Amino acid sequence: MRMPLAAADRVLRWGLLALCVAVLGFLILPVLAVIPLSFNAGSFLTYPLAGFSARWYLDFFTSPRWLPALSNSVFIGAFATVIATVLGTAAALGLDRMGGLPRQVLSALFLMPVVVPVVVIGSSLYGLFAALGLTASYIGLILAHALLGAPFVVITVTATLSGFDRGLLRAALSLGATPIEAFRRVTLPLILPGIVSGAIFAFATSFDEIVVTLFLASPQQRTLPLQMFDGVREQISPTITAAATLLFLISMLLVGVVELLRRRTERLRIPGSTVT
Amino acid sequence: MRCVLPRLSAWLLVLPLFLFSAGTFVVPIALMLVRSVQDPEFATAFPQTAVELRRWDGQGLPGRAAMGHFIAELRTARGTERLSFAANRLNADTSGFRSLLLRTTRMLATVEEGDPAEMLARIDPRWAEPATWAAMRRAAGPFTDYFLLAALDLQRADHGALISVPADRAVFVGVFLRTLWVSGLVTLLCLLLGYPLAYLLASLPSKYANPLLILVLIPFWTSVLVRTTAWIVLLQRDGLVNTLLCQIGLIEQPLALIYNRTGVVIAMVHVLLPLMILPLYSVMKGIGRAPMLAAMSLGARPAEAFLRVYLPQSAAGVGAGCLLVFISALGYYVTPELIGGGGDQMISSFIAFFTNRTTNWGMAGALSLILLLATGLLYIAYARLSRGMRLAR
Amino acid sequence: MIIALAKRAIGALALAAGLVAGTASARDLTVVGWGGSSQAAQQKVYYRPFTEQTGIPMLEDSWSGGLGILRARVQAGNPTWDVVQVEADELQIGCDEGLYERLDWAALGGREAFIREAVSDCGVGAVVWSVGLAYDGSRLRDTPASWADFWDLQRFPGKRTLRRGPKYTLEIALMSDGVPASEVYRVLRTPAGVDRAFRRLDQIRNNVVWWTAGAQPGQLLASGEVAMAAAYTSRMFAARRDDNRDFRVVWKGSIYAVDHWVVLRGSPNRDKALRLIQFMTRPEHQSRFPGLSFQGATNLQAARQADPTVATSLPTHPDNLAVAIPLDVDFWVDNIEELTQRFNAWAAR
Repeated sequence: MRMPLAAADRVLRWGLLALCVAVLGFLILPVLAVIPLSFNAGSFLTYPLAGFSARWYLDFFTSPRWLPALSNSVFIGAFATVIATVLGTAAALGLDRMGGLPRQVLSALFLMPVVVPVVVIGSSLYGLFAALGLTASYIGLILAHALLGAPFVVITVTATLSGFDRGLLRAALSLGATPIEAFRRVTLPLILPGIVSGAIFAFATSFDEIVVTLFLASPQQRTLPLQMFDGVREQISPTITAAATLLFLISMLLVGVVELLRRRTERLRIPGSTVT
Repeated sequence: MRCVLPRLSAWLLVLPLFLFSAGTFVVPIALMLVRSVQDPEFATAFPQTAVELRRWDGQGLPGRAAMGHFIAELRTARGTERLSFAANRLNADTSGFRSLLLRTTRMLATVEEGDPAEMLARIDPRWAEPATWAAMRRAAGPFTDYFLLAALDLQRADHGALISVPADRAVFVGVFLRTLWVSGLVTLLCLLLGYPLAYLLASLPSKYANPLLILVLIPFWTSVLVRTTAWIVLLQRDGLVNTLLCQIGLIEQPLALIYNRTGVVIAMVHVLLPLMILPLYSVMKGIGRAPMLAAMSLGARPAEAFLRVYLPQSAAGVGAGCLLVFISALGYYVTPELIGGGGDQMISSFIAFFTNRTTNWGMAGALSLILLLATGLLYIAYARLSRGMRLAR
Repeated sequence: MIIALAKRAIGALALAAGLVAGTASARDLTVVGWGGSSQAAQQKVYYRPFTEQTGIPMLEDSWSGGLGILRARVQAGNPTWDVVQVEADELQIGCDEGLYERLDWAALGGREAFIREAVSDCGVGAVVWSVGLAYDGSRLRDTPASWADFWDLQRFPGKRTLRRGPKYTLEIALMSDGVPASEVYRVLRTPAGVDRAFRRLDQIRNNVVWWTAGAQPGQLLASGEVAMAAAYTSRMFAARRDDNRDFRVVWKGSIYAVDHWVVLRGSPNRDKALRLIQFMTRPEHQSRFPGLSFQGATNLQAARQADPTVATSLPTHPDNLAVAIPLDVDFWVDNIEELTQRFNAWAAR
């Protein structure tokens, strides 16, 4: 049934559309605007570009500061992700078998690192680690990053488990599989997308982590975000824009992978089960 | 037997993360909060004196016994680090106490024995003042409300009553209010900008919505540092924004967009906007188009249908998005630190200051406690509201 | 497959943990400076020659002060820093707290070989530096002559930058208000004096960008964000030489101070650290430093042998010393807490 749209409504509709376009531009353009500057031949951070040059990328990859920072970020991120994924997956599986109050309380506990302000976490960890001698150490940073990444694994694996059909597991058990075998060959492959996307979230969290790292890291453990933080304070040379562009590309890559996994999960989901 | 086994395995699976969380999350925060009420430095260096001072009623000067103990303990503490810690603690209460204490320690050797009060008064007249001893009594510990009060810009007068800190030293209440105000402003702006976009994304067919959603996800996944750096580059005096506006002819002089409140709000809205859009989008996707179409088929105009049918249904998403953004903004550190000016520091900046630069665990803990309380209260309020809304529906 | 992957991951984790634990105890000698051009000069004059001469490998780091940072490192018992360049008040308080190792002055050539301010139980003077009024000569038409001009927004329009904190900032405010250099700390010790300094700061508060790291004033002057800065004079001269900037310094009213080398207590590289300090304070090495870093030497003989072409750019040149004031360490040790609190309250309004 068609309704004639009053003029005011039409204006409203087009106004809102324009607003949406503006907001989208606001979201994406600032990040994109910095990318061309990283190719600037001149050493000022203003348009118009003085010429095209890859010297800042060369500087990034040959500098004694940036490359160790990148390798630190990857190293710490990798180990933190492993710890977070293992602990988080196990916890999600355990929570799935519980119910009632214990489940609610434990869920709240596991998700709290996301809600509590990171400054408080950083400050309190610094206090404890200073007494234990864990500040300025890789182990301390890895543990801290794992703490911040684990909640995401719990969330994604729990979401995947909610669409998981228990009937398959019962069928496997009734066919003679041991619980461990059933887990390994039935449950695990089906929840693997959830585990992997949780791991990616955890890695991204660790890779971008700055606040807790500010408290705990010594120059040896300087990560990429920390190097950028110092760089912004001291000297905004175009090398920072090169680093920013590289970080941005890595983020795009991670988004792409998570998106692919999401689509795969949807395809595997049993039709009719609850959609999260 | 069968029924117990699954439960046991569930507990075993949960145990590793539970222990890990307890060790790296619960215990450190609890420790820090406990430190915010502890006052050990003075009592460690002057145990007997502390006992005597606690017994003293705070009127006039403490008795001979207290002063005698004090002199004896000054002598034994000379040159030790615990004396320096006690001196720092007292200096934080009253400026000049550090040098007073250290000088007194040095000069005790040269003063002849006699009545403790006279000995001290001869070294420095401040020892004859009640205020000096009142400061030591305040620091006698073992527990104190000094830091919690200071975090609220309050203090105890010499006779023990609660008074406000002098206006030129009062900083924290103002900073808390500013943090709340900026967070609220950022949340409101995110809501106004994010709601229409979420609605558009939710009502478009997947074919068009998904690419646009990617445009929202990309900044969300981009590091905060990258986004903040981008804004610094853009908002500088001769940055992109000013250059563009000058070229169009809208302005003549470059605008001051950075190292002030404007820059902080712009950058924080940019960083937190995806956090508002994503929950809204997922809730709106659940609502679908049916309610609006039904309302309009019953004769409502689009605006009316929106206000009376759609908006209340999206309230859960609005609540979730606002809560996420507000809580994130409350504890935000990076952006105000890099883009803000002197008057834009938020509470997180002070927590970092007291932790990193002065290791004043008392103040760091007290400020963290208040921040945690604010976060906790907001969360509880949200839980109550959303439960209420669910019941009402 | 997953199990095999997990096993391999755990194996790698254990190996890495072992590596990390191993390297923690066999750590290289680590020296910490204040970054920027002065640390670059230190690298050229001290660190590389030291490693070449003695074969002892070194790691470098930089910091921006804060006694709390040193406390945390020493408290844990195994500090990851060995030799640190600290400010004078950090030296005094840290020494009382037992954060530093005692130095053997005989090995350093005796206390008489150094300027008076450089001698103490726990540390030896490293450099003499100063904070002064700086501006970009190519951007300002008029020439500022004193801190009063810093406050003159009519004649010199544009923003200013000052260090975020009461140290230097309050002294500068008083000097701009007409307090003679010799009276500054006497006035500052009175409550009325402090009030006066803050009232003076109120007059320009909306035009001030606050800096926290030493490299920021130069950055702000270069980009035109500010017209005048209270900056480390050494960085300004370094920018003249390295970046071709026409930065100029007004010596009148500058504030000079001495930084010290200390060795953190409990450092596993204590002997190497003391050798490094010995190396850095010998006249033949220290004399090369002022010419590169534009900071004054603390060893008397080194000061005499320093590069004469940069003499007028040093804080220790007699002409510059005559119009400058020394930072009053005792005053700041006593009052840094209260005045920092007050400054934060003031800045936050």
